[in-house]
Amino acid sequence: MHNVKDILETIRMIQDEHLDIRTITMGISLLDCIDEDINKACDKVYEKIVRKASNLVKVGEDIEKQYDIPIINKRISVTPIAMIAAATGKSPVKFAKALQRAADTCGVNFIGGYSALVQKGFSAGDLALIESIPEALSVTENICSSVNIGSTKAGINMDAVALMGRIVKQSAELTADRDCIGCAKLVVFCNAPEDNPFMAGAFHGVGEPDCVINVGVSGPGVVRSAIAKYPNADITEIADVIKKTAFKITRMGQLVGVEASERLGVPFGIVDLSLAPTPAVGDSVAYILEEIGLETCGTHGTTAALALLNDAVKKGGVMASSHVGGLSGAFIPVSEDAGMIAAVEQGALSLEKLEAMTAVCSVGLDMIVVPGDIEAETISAIIADEAAIGMVNSKTTAVRLIPAIGKEVGDRLEFGGLLGAGPVMNINTKSSAKMINRGGRIPAPLQSLKN
Amino acid sequence: MKAVVTVIGKDTVGILAKISTICAKHKANVMDVTQTIMQDLFAMIMLVDITELDIDFLVLSDELSAAGEKMGLSVHVMREDIFNSMHRI
Repeated sequence: MHNVKDILETIRMIQDEHLDIRTITMGISLLDCIDEDINKACDKVYEKIVRKASNLVKVGEDIEKQYDIPIINKRISVTPIAMIAAATGKSPVKFAKALQRAADTCGVNFIGGYSALVQKGFSAGDLALIESIPEALSVTENICSSVNIGSTKAGINMDAVALMGRIVKQSAELTADRDCIGCAKLVVFCNAPEDNPFMAGAFHGVGEPDCVINVGVSGPGVVRSAIAKYPNADITEIADVIKKTAFKITRMGQLVGVEASERLGVPFGIVDLSLAPTPAVGDSVAYILEEIGLETCGTHGTTAALALLNDAVKKGGVMASSHVGGLSGAFIPVSEDAGMIAAVEQGALSLEKLEAMTAVCSVGLDMIVVPGDIEAETISAIIADEAAIGMVNSKTTAVRLIPAIGKEVGDRLEFGGLLGAGPVMNINTKSSAKMINRGGRIPAPLQSLKN
Repeated sequence: MKAVVTVIGKDTVGILAKISTICAKHKANVMDVTQTIMQDLFAMIMLVDITELDIDFLVLSDELSAAGEKMGLSVHVMREDIFNSMHRI
């Protein structure tokens, strides 16, 4: 007979501590939809996505009921659209609209992959895609976009960095009447993973199979509750508690992923064992750091605590899954984490501290609201800083920055739902324009010469 | 295939009888029952063999949940593999 304590623990994790499967994401290759004729290509894209994913939402709901595990989102990721649209020579906004139609038909809440990979330079289709991003994100609801501007192997494409500063600003301006939500759906990456199931940075990488199921688990509340039971444990024991909890959380993701893959007849890809917070009470990564022993997230010691958390999560999760991938670590999206929001509003958490934290966790400067009058070059410089951290440390970093048009420090943007709300944060207003306007490439670091 | 039925709430007369009757009605064989009080919450856990179940799993789950609600209890019906996978290496 099963251990009674285990059963009650599982139920408590789900009911009280917000353990959930954050997303089941189906990755779909669109390489066979390439066509010179943009209308034919868009039709092929729509048709393939619907053919592969029409059952995704239903299977997700069935699994949800059979295991009593909430599966919060069912999503789709596709091959970077820049590659699919290149042969048409036209603006790819039509593809964004085709993706939106597919999202509506399948009932998924996001399709990610309106993307371009330009870490070393721009290829056919890349520039057109990037320049169309602000428009695409303002005329669609459920499409996410990403651009990879650097990697450890390639260095950092500073031309792309300069361009993305302007693109982020434009995306905010075009959606200024909707709390600048365009920017919440746009991620600028360094070392982007090809199998990340989380939005907004999900896309289906080129080395991936034709169709795949990736699962993103989550459970910051569970980790925090586990730590709260050991107020007097030393750090080694705390790391152990986190590891064991991460094991259980990831096992659930593995189970659901394998089930979904069997029922949909699609190969199982990876479990991304990230701790992804939501604005809901008790579902915060910042509170885990505070439970480890900080008065407020953002004070001295935060980087060390996050390093401990990120590493313990990975170690616990790796044993639990046959294939771990995606981002897999701790997320620190400011607007999506009640503890982060509170820390910023108290003045305890600054952009500088967040930048340090990105060196030891699995994403970058995420869901950060900045003053609406920020210069495009400053946005670019922030991107360059994050990319440098990722490039030198061989890790993924990213920037999802939201210029709050018409607002300043002290104001807030309200996105609602899982995207939460963001207080406008202070930035350094000294100019970076001269460096950004030079363009060019930052060469790949010595770490890239691993052969 | 086995499922785990967990009933949590205030101890009430007839919980075991009510749940077992529904299971029996649909040919779900109760293999094991454990009851425990954890910090004045009553928890009853039944291991049920649903190989011969004559209705859809989700229908059984809904029926048991509804019965539990009438008695002010929360009832969870989950397939066994979640517990196998989460708590064993």
